[in-house]
Amino acid sequence: MTQHDISTKPLPDTARQAASPARLPSGSRYRTPGAGSTRAISAATVLAVFALWWFATHFAWIKPLFLPSPEVTFKAFTDAIHGNTQGQTPLLDHVLVSVTRVFCAFFLAVLTAVPIGIAMGTSRIVRGIFDPLIEFYRPLPPLAYLPLIVIWLGIDEGAKVTLIYLACAAPLAMAAQAGVRGVPIEQINAAYALGGSRWQIITLVILPAALPEILTGMRIAIGFGWTTLVAAEMVAASVGLGQMVLNASNFLRTDIVVMGIILIGVLAYLFDALMRLLERRLTPWKGRM
Amino acid sequence: MLEIERVTVEFRPKKGPPMVALQNVNLTIRPGEFVVALGASGCGKTTLLNTVAGFLPPTSGQIRLAGKTVLGPGKERGVVFQQHALMPWLSVVANVEFGLRLQGMPRGERRRIALECLDKVGLAQAAKQPVYELSGGMQQRVGVARAIATSPDVMLLDEPLGALDAFTRESVQEILLDIWRDSSRMFFFITHDVEEALFLSTRLLIMAARPGRIVHEFDVPFSRRYTETHNARAIKAAPDFIEMREQILDLIRHTSSTGTP
Repeated sequence: MTQHDISTKPLPDTARQAASPARLPSGSRYRTPGAGSTRAISAATVLAVFALWWFATHFAWIKPLFLPSPEVTFKAFTDAIHGNTQGQTPLLDHVLVSVTRVFCAFFLAVLTAVPIGIAMGTSRIVRGIFDPLIEFYRPLPPLAYLPLIVIWLGIDEGAKVTLIYLACAAPLAMAAQAGVRGVPIEQINAAYALGGSRWQIITLVILPAALPEILTGMRIAIGFGWTTLVAAEMVAASVGLGQMVLNASNFLRTDIVVMGIILIGVLAYLFDALMRLLERRLTPWKGRM
Repeated sequence: MLEIERVTVEFRPKKGPPMVALQNVNLTIRPGEFVVALGASGCGKTTLLNTVAGFLPPTSGQIRLAGKTVLGPGKERGVVFQQHALMPWLSVVANVEFGLRLQGMPRGERRRIALECLDKVGLAQAAKQPVYELSGGMQQRVGVARAIATSPDVMLLDEPLGALDAFTRESVQEILLDIWRDSSRMFFFITHDVEEALFLSTRLLIMAARPGRIVHEFDVPFSRRYTETHNARAIKAAPDFIEMREQILDLIRHTSSTGTP
């Protein structure tokens, strides 16, 4: 054997042990800060808030006018289900009317603002036309232009849906445009080199590539939709969750106010959970490529 | 035949003097040739490939393929990118048949061709997998299969193996030579790896920067030797391979230190 030969003998066990590094305590490993599931912690937070609410009201730290007890709030909920509130409207009707308003506006916004956003991302002319319009109205508070919409459209459903629609449309158009601009040039060039036409590239490459951003935009937009609901229902509404809360506040029925707030929050949360599920199903590659 | 005639590409930044990325490049590639452009970053080799692909119009000069002037990207020139540029929302086989789909070929036929191409890169069993679950080497092989699926006359490869580990890189090199041997296609391949350039090419171009240009040209026997013997290790360990590698390394070192060929 010359000394240049590479030994293929396996390492003896003692050498292997000596070479192994000091071991971490079993079960632990290095991860990015903040990694891991938050489910148990979040559940504990919610429980703690409820417990605090219960104690604060039962030991009369806060007057019932300012914060009604959980039981009273729950009773307001069951009463409302049976329509035992001002206006005699059952809670389900309030919910259905509000949800219909938010979703009609949201779907109209998806159908119009997403194509506009994609056109803004792919055409200089379309971007030039819509950019100043959207950038101007986007930061305006809906309450500021609400009177104008009422003067133009009256006090019917049209005005309410339009207000929510405007709140949803801007973030959707922005998200679609950002999604288009974020498509890697290599992906577009690859499709051109395979013989794709401009229209094929928009529909078969840019649209699916922008889908993750569009879905994020949809989550943000529906959030704005819920936010604007109460404003929209300030105008001559007789049914709707926002109207129910506003009306209750006029009679100092804090229990109904708290119940309405919780209900709107839960509905919005459930829809967001649905959207996140949709995101995972439609764009499983997100963050992996 | 691919003819590159007096091609100059200048970039004009808003501030500062214009940058000459390519100056007066002449090059003819004949069917069956495997031409590799070798050079350090900034020598204009990717710019040259992009003008041939049609992504970048030359400032002056022209490029002709089979007598027709290149005016934009087209399916007769297949491109494999540095970053694979696959569509993550499509499965492996759907990515490979994407070009045929763009051309309106019926589903059954394009699927059959795509599976044949996947077989050539050794990925037939991964056809149904999502591309984002593949390793980098496998993704790059899907990129090669996608480019050959539309049967282009020219294959343009822009440092396709640069991000792969050494072992994967060697196996993909061999796959590329097998594909090259089985057709009379022209290959134009870009790299900054001297050994890769020598192993793959029938003709090797050495490029230099400022302005980007071709400074040397060699005829290289090793890729033909591989298609005859299929023994990559023996070829890369042969004395004439090593001698040529050192010669080229010296040349590049000299060029980059003095700025003259």
